[in-house]
Parts: sequence; structure tokens; C-alpha cells
Amino acid sequence: MRFRLLSVRPPNVSVVTEHAPAIIPTPAPGPAADEGLARRLRALACTAPLHDLDVRKANLAGEYGRYAMAEVALAAIDLITLNMDFDTGADHDQVVARLMPRIAAQGPQRSAAEHERVARWVLENLINVGSVDRGFRAVYGTFTPDGAYVRRDYDFKLVEEVHGPGGVVCLRTTDEAVNVLVGALDTDVTSAQIAAEVKLEVLISRGRLADAQLAAEQARYRTVQYAETLRRTLEATRRNVRAVDWLRTVPDMITEALDHVADRYRHENAILTNIRRARDEAEEADHKRRAAELVDIVKDCIRRHTQLQSRLLEAGPLFRAEQDRQAFAPATAHAGLDLYGQLVAPLLPLAVEQAGRVTDAFFAHGAGLRTPGAVRLGDLIDLLLTPPAPREHLGAEMPEPDLIATPDDSRFSTGQLDAARELLDLPADAPRRLSGLLADARRRDAELPYLVALLAVHAASPPVGTAYRQGERRLLFGVDDGTELDDPEFGGADLIVGTAMLDAAGMAADRTEAA
Amino acid sequence: MTDYALDADTAGAARLVSFGLHPKLLPARDAEYGELLRRYREEPAFARLADAVATGLGLVVLEVSARAGMAVAAAEDSVFAVRMGDYARRATADSADRFLHGLAHLAVAAMAFPRPADLADDGYIGRISVNGVDAFVRQACRRLEERAQEQGENTDPASDSPGLEASWRVYARRSATGATKDARRLAGSTTGIIAKAVAFLADSGFLQRTGDDSGGTYRTTARYQLQVRDTAGSAAMAELLELGIVPVSDGSASLLPPDGTDGLELAADAGLPFHESGGA
Repeated sequence: MRFRLLSVRPPNVSVVTEHAPAIIPTPAPGPAADEGLARRLRALACTAPLHDLDVRKANLAGEYGRYAMAEVALAAIDLITLNMDFDTGADHDQVVARLMPRIAAQGPQRSAAEHERVARWVLENLINVGSVDRGFRAVYGTFTPDGAYVRRDYDFKLVEEVHGPGGVVCLRTTDEAVNVLVGALDTDVTSAQIAAEVKLEVLISRGRLADAQLAAEQARYRTVQYAETLRRTLEATRRNVRAVDWLRTVPDMITEALDHVADRYRHENAILTNIRRARDEAEEADHKRRAAELVDIVKDCIRRHTQLQSRLLEAGPLFRAEQDRQAFAPATAHAGLDLYGQLVAPLLPLAVEQAGRVTDAFFAHGAGLRTPGAVRLGDLIDLLLTPPAPREHLGAEMPEPDLIATPDDSRFSTGQLDAARELLDLPADAPRRLSGLLADARRRDAELPYLVALLAVHAASPPVGTAYRQGERRLLFGVDDGTELDDPEFGGADLIVGTAMLDAAGMAADRTEAA
Repeated sequence: MTDYALDADTAGAARLVSFGLHPKLLPARDAEYGELLRRYREEPAFARLADAVATGLGLVVLEVSARAGMAVAAAEDSVFAVRMGDYARRATADSADRFLHGLAHLAVAAMAFPRPADLADDGYIGRISVNGVDAFVRQACRRLEERAQEQGENTDPASDSPGLEASWRVYARRSATGATKDARRLAGSTTGIIAKAVAFLADSGFLQRTGDDSGGTYRTTARYQLQVRDTAGSAAMAELLELGIVPVSDGSASLLPPDGTDGLELAADAGLPFHESGGA
């Protein structure tokens, strides 16, 4: 008898060889090395959204392969950065409009609507409209001092939406975006500006205008960034005088900034003179054009400096006014709770889990009360069963108007008007003199000449446009050819009165085309 | 006092409490309200009765005066209390949203009463704007960010424990505003959250809208001052103390330039020298 093997029993003992764990060298990162790595990882992450655009364009419905999305995105960041002023950001539609030529150049045979769609798509993705934070998140890892590996979230924005004047939403580029764009990560604003300046002067003296333009543009980005830092400071001053050290730090900063403006102003005027000369002396058309562009850029820099300076000069009076308002208010005898110092300030550094408990407590006791609706079931049933009140379609009854017959004070009767019209019903090819018409009218009725004269004078300035619009076929007109009217009752010009035929159909066709 | 008179008094006391439940109603505008307030102040028995009615309904009487009327606040488990879940749907699911809504209320109060003296002074009227509150909190967050950077801290939170993210960071990374298709305020942005808070407070009779500039401007009412001073502030403080954080205050404002030796901590090289007393 043979036994059929029903199932394979598992071996009682299995020998599994295990690879000896590779000797992982302790990362021994040292905070400094790891920090540098983390910083570079963050910088790298800032470029990811741009690469991502080109990857994701394939997913869009339609053929968007021809567009270089990263290029459009960088151009957009450029535009926004350059249009950022003190108070406002760049206008959304303006950025889209300025992006259009570049996009159109990438896909010349496509429709303008598609170009605009591409511009808006890129802009929305730079803002990251879909996410609740409207920002990006990158995950990277670092070693803690005790050797554990921790994954961390890095949140950043490239283009953010801020309040503009009059409640509109404007765009600003973030520091991250400016750093990605300028390619100068982790640099000091002031020193980078000086470097850019020196570079520009050298480049101009050697006549290398292409590089000079690049340097000038970089200098302008730096200027904008500098202005942005100052704007924030001044804003904080306006909000809370006590938050700012007006004894030393701010006056120092203002002095420094004013020196900076004066310095830049001198430099840029010198540069402007040089470039103007370069522009006028340049032989090559391309050089001439570049120099002209450079002149515009430097002019814009100067404009920005002037703006910065006026803000700096306003800062002092603003502080004094705020101080008058806040510091000299009479002090009360007893002290209260310091909401900022004792609640908000200690709360913000806490982990959100803990801080949430405090804010919950504040909310529960500080939001006020709401009276809940209490419904009686009987009322509810009545309410639900009541048929809707029929609507009064006809409205209230109109009172009978009390009419008063007005006396007929017309100078001419209907019969007279008909007679006058008949007289003036002239064939188109046979105009007549007013004197003749008046004589004819006088033969019929003593009053009729007045009516005829009136109609003829009216016809001297015929409402041609109205007649066309109303689709009339003929129009009475009167023309003064200089002949004097010889008549016992009337004076003035002996008008030539005639009828003009109007091409109403043709005119209507023209109008349709124009529209 | 006969039974009949007692009934009438009870009705009057309850009526007074019901006036208090209409937070926008001003005593000066309603003769009956004014008369009941006068009785409350002049007749101790009537006052006790009104207090009892309020307590029974789950209300705390903050103040009874001509300026604030019958100012009552909801006790914690009262039917009149506002719950965060009813206030903002998203807040129940998302702890970051819940925190931001709470912080918005706290920041509005801090902005409305920037100095301790302002909160203590009955005659003080605070003025705030939606964008102003946002800018104020953002400034504080930026200061913390700068300080973290100076100390070389890595503030990016660990991916698997979002609850440990620093609070200022949650606020800082939420966008301030945003364009929407129908030109309304983006509800999830910080100004959207603050606007919701101030609109709610205005409905509670705590703020009065004064204009549309800067996202909407408001001024405080006597009731708001009472509510913040007497209940909300102390409740939040108690919670903070429970977390082991003891902010010390000598009653002066905490945002002051240093006079040299008073132990205020000044962070070097910061664009804006914020000075904070005590705290963690």
C-alpha cells in the first residue's frame, strides 16, 4: 500500500542564514555637517515645484508638451519680484498678461486662450492653489545628536497672496523664491548688493553689456529684498511702538538705510551716465538695445530708492504720533492681565497639541453665548401644515385716475399739418426754393406758411443718424446756398428744400458688420 | 412679600436675564430693561432673585450696570455655551484648524487690549482690524522663527508627529489670504479665520463693526472687556499653568524697550527687538 502524500509537512527545523549586518559607520554627522545638508536639501526642495510643472504638464488635457513650464514659472517669479512695491504686490492679471508673449513664442500656432490657460496654470501651481496652506511641503531626514534618524517636514511658499489696497489680492514672491531665483542661497542682503554693484561697474568698464544687464537685474532684486525688510519693520512700528527699540536699533537701521540710499543713488547715477555713453557710442544694434534696457533697469532702481527714502523720512513722525497716542495715556491704578505677554507670547513656542488646550479654554469662555432655538412640537406641526400663502399676482387695486381734459391750445390743426406735409412731399430729384413753397402755402391758408417755414428750418439740420436708426427711407433737408429770402412775412435765407433718399438696408448691414 | 408679588418679582428677574441673553440690546434703548436694571441695583432681594435665575439657567453674571446691561456669560456645560465643533466644522477633525480658530479669538483680544492697563480700564475702547490682527500674530511668529534660526534649531516637525509642531509654525505656514473664484475671503486662510472670529464676536455683541478698511475694522464693547477680563483670560491662564508654564507679570506691558538691567531678554541682531518677560 502506498501512502499518498497529502501535504508537505514543514521542516521542524529550518536553517536560515542571515547576512551579517553591514557595519554602518555611525553617521557621526556633527550638528554642523547635518545642518548644512539640511539647508541644501531645503534649497533643493524650493526648485522642486518648478521641475514638477514640467513633469505634470503631460497630465493636462491637451497638448502642452511644447511649453517649457519651468521657464514660464521662473519668468513669472521674475515679474512678480520686479513688480513688488512697498505696499502692494504684483497684480494677478498683469502678471498673466506679461507672461503671454513668452508663452506665445513657445507655441505660436496655438490660440491665445490656450496661452492664457498655461499662464494661469503655472501661476496657480506656484501659489499651489489646491492645498489649504497654499504652500509646498518637502520631507527630508536628519540625524538627531543621539544618532536617531528623523524625517522632517519643510514647508515653504514660492508665491504668496497678500492684501493689496482696496481689498484686492496681490502676489508677492517669498524669500525662498527670491533666493531660488537669484541663486544666492544663504547670503547677506547688504554684502550681496555691494558685490553685485562692483561687478556691474567692472563689467561696464570692460564693455561687457550682456553680463552687465544680468548684474544690474540682480542688484535690483537685492534692492527689492532690502526694501521688503524695511517695509516689515516700519509696519511693525506702526502697529506697536513698544515692540520696537526706538532708542538704538531702529534709528541705527534708518541711518544705515539712508546712507545706503544715498550711496546707491550716487552709484547708480554714475552707472547711468556710463551706460548712456555706452548706449550712444555703441555701434552694434544689439549692444545699443542692451544698453537701452540697462538704462531702464537702473532708472527703475533709482525710482525704488527714492521711494524707500521717502518712507524712511516718514518713519520718525510716525513713531512720535504713535507714542503720543499710546505712551501718554493716563495709567490706571490697578493692573490687569497682560494678554500678549502672559498668554500669546508663551503660547506660540509650545507644541500645537498643548497650545490647542489653552486656545480651546479661551474660546470656550470668550466666544460669548448663543441662545438655542426652542421649538414647541405643536407650533412646528402647525407651521409645517400651514399651506403657503397664495401670492398676490395682481397686486393692489389701482385707483381710478382722475383725468382733467386739457384745453387744446395747438397753434396749427391736424389738417394744416397734413397740408404742409403734402406741400413738402417733394420728389427726390426736384428740390424747391423755400420762397416758392411759402407762396404756394399762402395761396391755400394764411397760417400755413408759418408751419411750412417751421418745418423747413427744422430740416436745415436733419437728424440723419436717427432716421437711419429708425430705418426711414427718405428725409427732408434744407440747404442754405446764400440766397436771401424775399418774402413779406419772413426773412433770412431762401433755403433749398428737398428730399434725400436713404439707403436704410445698406446702413443696417454696415452696422451689423461693425458690431 | 405675598406669593403674588413674589411671582411678579420672579417674572421680572427672569425677564432681566432674558434681556441679558440679547447681547446687542442696549439698556439705554429699552425702557423696561433700564427699569429692571435699576431695580437690580436698588433692591438686594430682586438682585438675589435675578442671580438665582441666571445660575439656574447655567449663566454667570459678570456685571450689571448701565453701560454693559445684564452681562452674562455661559457656564461651561450650559446650553448657551458655544462649542468649537458647531463653530467651525473643520475644527473637529483637524487639530491645526482647531488651534488656529482658538488662536484667532485670543489674538483679537490681545490686539484689542494690548496693555494690561487697557483691560483693567473700564473706559477703554479697543480698536482692531482683521488684517491688523493677522499682521500682529505673523510678526510674533516671525520673531520666533528668527530666534529659532539664530539658535540653529531645526523647527521642521517630524513627519509622524504633527502634534509636536511648534504653534507659531502652524500659523506662519498658513497663507494670509487667497483669491477665490467668487471673490470671497478664503475661509481657510488666516484672515478668513480671523474674519470669522470677529464676525462671531460682533454677533455676540462683543464688537461693533466700524468700517471696511483693512479687512473690516471693529471696536470693542464693555461686555467684551468683561468677558475677556473675568472669564476667558483667567480660564486660558489656568490651562497654561496646568501645562507648567508660569508667565510672570508685574502688571506692566510686556512689549517694552529695555532699560538695561531688568532682566528682559533681548535677542541680538534681530530686525525687531521683541522683549518678553518671563515665560518659557
